[in-house]
Amino acid sequence: MAAIYSLYVINKSGGLIFYKDYGSKGRMDTNDSLRVASLWHSMHAISQQLSPTTGCTGIELLEADTFDLHCFQSLTGTKFFVVCEPGTQNMEDLLKAVYELYTDYVLKNPFYEMEMPIRCELFDINLTRAIQKDRVALLGR
Amino acid sequence: MQFFGGSELSPSPPTPTGTGTENNSHMIYIFNRNGVCLLYREWIRPLHTLNFQQDHKLMFGLLFSLKSLAAKMDPTCADKGNLGVPQLPGQGCSFHSFRTNTYKLNFMETPSGIKFILVTNPGTGDLRETLKYIYNLYVEYVANNPLYTPGTPIRNRSNNTRHHTFPSLF
Repeated sequence: MAAIYSLYVINKSGGLIFYKDYGSKGRMDTNDSLRVASLWHSMHAISQQLSPTTGCTGIELLEADTFDLHCFQSLTGTKFFVVCEPGTQNMEDLLKAVYELYTDYVLKNPFYEMEMPIRCELFDINLTRAIQKDRVALLGR
Repeated sequence: MQFFGGSELSPSPPTPTGTGTENNSHMIYIFNRNGVCLLYREWIRPLHTLNFQQDHKLMFGLLFSLKSLAAKMDPTCADKGNLGVPQLPGQGCSFHSFRTNTYKLNFMETPSGIKFILVTNPGTGDLRETLKYIYNLYVEYVANNPLYTPGTPIRNRSNNTRHHTFPSLF
């Protein structure tokens, strides 16, 4: 029913460090995914400028005709965003779970260089497990 | 003839699914397809980051880029143009709202390229019907006004009064 189309992680400068597509027709090649990530980073920053009140931390949800985009920004400026079907619930929890996996399997990996693309096997394995669990839970409803 | 196929102009706007009875909206912008700001009204805006000209340009630029992003990220369409190519109104996937922790921006573009933006509280529901109502007001009082030159800011007195009473109807 509700499906996740893709997941992106961008570093604090806006560079794409992780991109995973879960079976959408709109799968992008590397260059396009890099461009889209940088564009999102800029839009996120501009949206803070246009806020009518103080304390804006950027776009959390973008609703389009055929998809929703949920974004979570950590305190360090790393952004996790997921493209999913319109109306999908609990994406914030999923993003927080992905953030936890990121801190456990990427940041604590002594061979991982900060702000570089993520190439950690354990992160991939656990991420797939988390997404599958989410999918099963959603389908089971 | 109404664009959205509705009947006569409805006497009251649709009740949006939102919380509270106080004024929900912060500002409204109307742009034409060239980026000229036809109307800007603010009701509650404690923070002004930039002067008005820059603010309008920034808003238009943000919308243009977000539309481009939404068209590119569309997961249901395999063949898309390159990022940054200007999209015709209605071509490709477009977004209708985005939400931050302090505000929600509701957006609607008509086939003629007129863009309606309503900035409200984050808890507001789906305001697409409300934006359609505003569009009908625009058609009624602005587009049908023989003295109005398209592409210039809206100065119609009766339209302004409508807009002032409008947020109190939320």
